[in-house]
Amino acid sequence: MGSDNFRGVWVFAEQRNGQLKSVAYELLARGRELADALGTELSAVCCGHEVDDVNSLIAHGADRVYLVAIPELADNQEDLLTRRLVELIQQHRPEIVLAGATALGRAFIPRVAAALPTGLSADCTDLDVDADKRLLLQTKPTFGGNIMAVITCPAARPQMATVRPRVFSRREPDSSRRGEIINVDFKRERYTSRTRLVEFVAEITETVKIEEADVIVAGGRGLEKAENFEMIKELASVMGGAMGATRAVVDEGWLAYPHQIGQTGKTVCPRLYIAVGISGALQHVVGMQTSECIVAINDNPHAPIFEVATYGIVGDLFQVVPLLIEKLKKR
Amino acid sequence: MNIVVCLKQVPSTTQVKIDPETNTLIRQGIENIINPFDTYAIEEGIRLRERFGGRVTAISMGPPQAEAALREAISLGVDEGILLSDPAFAGADTWATSCTLSMALGKLEPYDLVICGRQTLDGDTGQVGPQLAEVLNLPFIAYVSQIEEIADDHMRVRRMVEDGYEIMESPLPAVLTVVKEINTPRLPSLRGIARSKSATIPVWGSKELNADPGKVGLAGSFTRVMRIFSPQRVCRGEIFQGDVTDQVDCLIGRLKDDGLL
Repeated sequence: MGSDNFRGVWVFAEQRNGQLKSVAYELLARGRELADALGTELSAVCCGHEVDDVNSLIAHGADRVYLVAIPELADNQEDLLTRRLVELIQQHRPEIVLAGATALGRAFIPRVAAALPTGLSADCTDLDVDADKRLLLQTKPTFGGNIMAVITCPAARPQMATVRPRVFSRREPDSSRRGEIINVDFKRERYTSRTRLVEFVAEITETVKIEEADVIVAGGRGLEKAENFEMIKELASVMGGAMGATRAVVDEGWLAYPHQIGQTGKTVCPRLYIAVGISGALQHVVGMQTSECIVAINDNPHAPIFEVATYGIVGDLFQVVPLLIEKLKKR
Repeated sequence: MNIVVCLKQVPSTTQVKIDPETNTLIRQGIENIINPFDTYAIEEGIRLRERFGGRVTAISMGPPQAEAALREAISLGVDEGILLSDPAFAGADTWATSCTLSMALGKLEPYDLVICGRQTLDGDTGQVGPQLAEVLNLPFIAYVSQIEEIADDHMRVRRMVEDGYEIMESPLPAVLTVVKEINTPRLPSLRGIARSKSATIPVWGSKELNADPGKVGLAGSFTRVMRIFSPQRVCRGEIFQGDVTDQVDCLIGRLKDDGLL
C-alpha cells in the first residue's frame, strides 16, 4: 500500500478476558507524542468482549477508540483478530500501527502486516518520527541486544511495529480528556477461526505479574538449588515484588518458564531489579537492563552483572540475602 | 506425513562488532551455524517422521554457503535439503523472505506441516513463521512447546504464553513455530554424516521459483535498515564496601534515598 492519504497513529490495545494490558497504555503515551509531532490523531483499536474501562484509553491519550466487541474475541482468536484488523486498516488508512511485542502481538501482527501487505519491525525498544518525511524510526535490538538497528518503512503504509512492554512509561490518566468510542461491527458469519483454544493452563500463581511488577527479585544459578528460591520468594514478598529467573534456572526446573527473564523469556522494566546469584550473561541482561535501578548480589567481583548494576554487593548471597530480609522486615 | 522445516544459517555468536569505517557488521572469522532455535524444528520434524512415516524436507534461503546448514540438517536425519539462493534474494526483510519461502513450498506440495524456529539469533524478529503462514493462507500457531496429538487432518498442541500455556487445535496443513521446551535435539549419526556428504542439495533461484523480481530480496522488501549502532551500556554503579552488615545497610540507605523503599 503506497503512502498517499494515510493519516493517524493507531495503537492495538491488547486485552485478555476483558482486562486491558499495561502495554496498551504505554503505547498510547508514546503514540500521543508521535501523533502530536505529526500533527495527527491517535486512535486505539480494542478487540474483546465486555472490556473493562474502555474510557481509560481516552484518558491515556487516545482521540478515538475503535471497539470491536464479540464473545469470540475475549480470548483473542488470532484468525478473527487478523482479518478484522486488516479490514479496519484498509478502511481507515492509518500511517502508523503499533502493538505490544507480547506473545499475542508477536504471533498475529506479522500476519496483519503480511496480509496488507506492508513492512513491520519486531520488538522495538524505541520509536521516533521524522516529521518532515512522516517516517517512523523504529529502533530494535538484533544479535541478542549486541547491535541496535534503526528500521524504516519508506514507501508502504501503514508503518507497523511491535514494541516491548515496559520500554515506555504510561501517562497519568486525564479523565477530562474527550474522545469518541466507535463501536465497530463484526459480522461473525463472514469469518472463520481455523485454530481453536481448548484450554488455558496458568503456571504463575503469584498475585504480582512479573511484566507489571515494580520490584522484581531474580535468582540465577548462584542459588545452587531449587529449595534456595524460598529465599528469593521471601525477599520478593517482603518487598511486594515478583520473582524472576535466568534461563539456566528455568532449564534446571527450579522455576517455571513464565518467570524467565531475557532474550527468550520476558523483557521487564521494573523500578527496582534485584539480581541474586546472576552472573549477567548478555541474554539475561537484554531482558532487564532498562530497569530503573539494578542491584546485583554476587560473589564474583568480575561478574558482568556489575557492569549494568546501579548498586552492587560483592559477597556471599547466602549471608547477604537473609540479612537483607531481616533488616527489611524490621522496618 | 510430509513435513517441511525452514531453517536459517546464522553467525555462531551474537558478540558481533560494527566496522566503524563502513558501518556494517564484521562477519569475518565468525563461524556459521544452524540458527539454534531452528534445531528444535528440525528435531521435531524428524521425530514426527519416525512416528508416522513420510518425509522431512529442510529449506533455507541464503547465500551459497548456507548449503552447509542443509547438509548438517541431513546429517541429523532430514531426508532432503533445498537451498533457495540467488543474488536477487539478498537483502530480504521478513516479508520478502516469507514470499520466497512460500514459492518454494508451492513446489513442495502436498505437505502436512511447516515447522519454523521461534526466531533467529541474528535478526531476532520471529516474524517469518507467521508471515509465511499468512502468505500460504494456512492456520498458524506460535511458541509450540509440545505436539500432543497429530492425525491426518488435525493436531492438538501446547503453546507457551506469558503466564502459562494454551492447548490449541488446528486443522492440517498448518504452520508452527516451536520453542526449545519442545524437545532435545539429537546429535548427527555416523550414517547421517555419510549421507550428508554425498547428498545433492538442489539450488532453487528466481528461475526455478518463477519469482517476480519485485517480490524478492531488497527490491521486494518494505523495510530498510537506516543505521546500526552498538548500544551504550549503563555506566558502572556503586559497589558497597565493608562487611556484610555495612553493605546491606548501605544498600537499604541508598534505596530509601532513591524512593525505592
